[in-house]
Amino acid sequence: MCLAAPARILSIDDNIATVDYGGVETKARLDTLTEDVAPGDYLLIHTGFAIRRLSAEDAEETLKLFDELAAAVAAEEASREAEESPS
Amino acid sequence: MTPGFHFADPKRGKALADAIRILAPVEPFKIVHVCGTHEVAITRNGLRRFLPETVDLLEGPGCPVCVTPARDIDTAIAMAKAGATLCTFGDMIRVPGSEQSLDSARSEGADIRTVLSAADAVEIARNESIEVVFFAVGFETTAPMTAAVLLDDPPPNFSVLVSHKVIPPAMAALLDLPDNRIGAYLAPGHVSTIIGVEAYADWLTERKLPIVIGGFEPLDLLYAVALILRQHRDGTPKVENAYPRAVANEGNPAAQHLIAEVFEIADVGWRGVGTIPSSGLQLRDAYAHFHAGPRFTLDLPEEAGEIPGCRCPDVLTARAVPSDCPLFGTRCTPLSPVGPCMVGTEGACSIWFRYGGRESL
Amino acid sequence: MEQLLERLILPRFAGKDAARIDLAALDDGATIPIPADKEGELVLTTDSHIVKPVFFPGGDIGRLAAAGTINDLAVMGARPIALTLAAIIEEGFSFSDLGRILDSFAEVLEEVGATVLCGDTKVMPGGDIDGIALNTAGVGIARRAVSDAEFAPGDRVLVTGTIGDHGMALLAAREEFNLETELQSDVAAIWPMLEPIVESGAIRAMKDPTRGGLAAALNEMARKSSTCLELEEWTIPIREPVHGLSELLGISPLEVANEGKAVLVVSAGEAEHVLDVLKRHPLGAEAALVGTVTDEHPGRVILATQVGGRRFLDMPLGDPVPRIC
Repeated sequence: MCLAAPARILSIDDNIATVDYGGVETKARLDTLTEDVAPGDYLLIHTGFAIRRLSAEDAEETLKLFDELAAAVAAEEASREAEESPS
Repeated sequence: MTPGFHFADPKRGKALADAIRILAPVEPFKIVHVCGTHEVAITRNGLRRFLPETVDLLEGPGCPVCVTPARDIDTAIAMAKAGATLCTFGDMIRVPGSEQSLDSARSEGADIRTVLSAADAVEIARNESIEVVFFAVGFETTAPMTAAVLLDDPPPNFSVLVSHKVIPPAMAALLDLPDNRIGAYLAPGHVSTIIGVEAYADWLTERKLPIVIGGFEPLDLLYAVALILRQHRDGTPKVENAYPRAVANEGNPAAQHLIAEVFEIADVGWRGVGTIPSSGLQLRDAYAHFHAGPRFTLDLPEEAGEIPGCRCPDVLTARAVPSDCPLFGTRCTPLSPVGPCMVGTEGACSIWFRYGGRESL
Repeated sequence: MEQLLERLILPRFAGKDAARIDLAALDDGATIPIPADKEGELVLTTDSHIVKPVFFPGGDIGRLAAAGTINDLAVMGARPIALTLAAIIEEGFSFSDLGRILDSFAEVLEEVGATVLCGDTKVMPGGDIDGIALNTAGVGIARRAVSDAEFAPGDRVLVTGTIGDHGMALLAAREEFNLETELQSDVAAIWPMLEPIVESGAIRAMKDPTRGGLAAALNEMARKSSTCLELEEWTIPIREPVHGLSELLGISPLEVANEGKAVLVVSAGEAEHVLDVLKRHPLGAEAALVGTVTDEHPGRVILATQVGGRRFLDMPLGDPVPRIC
């Protein structure tokens, strides 16, 4: 569980957002969302209702997490190998 | 797809694959996830190829479609045959009940319609003067939507057949089973969007195993697996959030309040597993009038019994893999499923059959 | 019956063929002359068409039926010569809708220079059939027909354009889903695009990926040839809205129908050239090299995924349904 795809908010009318999934427009209800949102924001939507606001910054942060972990593990390994190898 | 949120570039894939390789445990280590969408993401992206020899990643009872009791399906079909317009999510349509599936009942003339949302079912009830029943299946990600429509003044000809379940009790119950050998949980991403990181602490922290909440993009999953292996290597089991863009510590309070307002916790049966205490949702008394059951006189078939030889209970509890089952691929295939693991397109057996299972590519 | 013939069928289709006994003769059958040099093979195909909605974004059942049959001939390497057209119509079906459908059918035939030589109409009582069903048979002629299975490891796999358009456009058009998109069906006759390559003899195998989509077509080809088709996911051209619908509905673009595309297998040496020729035609503008034939897992199709994984691309089972998990 569960299928939820991100879409961009085009406009908001009361508790309904008109959203765009890369060229497919539909509506999403906002009753199930905690955050305030505005056109231009992204929404994670499950069965026609928004469950989370996403932003472009979130996407960048995500990539940083991946990169940091990969680098950290590689660095730990490098220093472990350096310790173990005969000098 | 929505630009910017597709995380699949092969360079990062390789970097995380390297990390996983470095973190590979020496002894066999079993990671269990409980999400049909995770299984689809893992299989469709060919991610098991990145796992070290010693690591197994298995699906537990994470496909709500697979664990919906046959009795609930029988009830939905009986309602449709008693004159209801039964609205259901698409992935339920071919799951067999005790005698037939919703799809076969539909081809016999029952008014059974696919909807993408609970709200669509309410729309049908508003626009047509027929009795509409929404088959409310799904975990915590889907329950808030059912609650939202019930609180939004639905018309009198709308009612619900509730079959919602909650996941953490099932995760805990699995750990109590003998021979589970579960080393870590890859926790469900969008369920966690709703319930938050803290929810797992209640049930699981004292069990001392890594619990990492994972997203659904290929890199999200590799990242989550790497974090699990790092916790395991360092002996630092905890609940860790590998999907922070979608999961806040407190989860989604608005959605949680919706669930709490309309539903209360109940002991419910999971198909193939049995009754798990406090693992389901039922309507509170104040909302009991939305319960579809009393509105119809139901003619239910005899309840299906256990099928001899079917090892779904072991597969669903991640204690066996599909190929361990004697019926797998012979009597039991996606086109003629015997047990629940084969019925849903996202069930473990269905996916193993169609994607070649553990055959490594 | 006379009404339908007089008002709808003859005005559109009569007088367009070189038959000795032609459609206009309204005889019990029509003739097709055998080529003077008696070289080549006749290719015959048939299809029945039921589609809902009857009028969909990008086309209608008439266009679908004509293109479908022409494309079956085209992917056998056969020039379409003549089609039959049989319509089974529910009583009360709109006369003007029928006219529009037949117009679409005629338009497609015009594009490829083929004709309707014979046909039939039946009207059934209301409720005994849902709207309209069309059956078409097609006759074509090929120097040497191209099968879907005579290729070997080392050959390359191409698609002539974007994948998943028709199936996704039809799903999006279903009223109950409340979706709006500019995505249209790709329904089109592909013979004009394929003709130059067929003439060149460079094609080793062809198939049109209709029901079950690219995944079904590839699996059938792999099974029949006992080879392995290995595709690279990121090379398969897919329109943005098709990706969007795929995420929204949980249905793979590789498993839904295409009605204006072909899968080709060509020898490695010819691949770039064939691609160039395809791209010169408007329908082939997004043609792409998507994979290679190997003997890795004979009879199976393998997908290398963007992130670096590998998995089997399976034969789809049953009609795709939207999922929530």
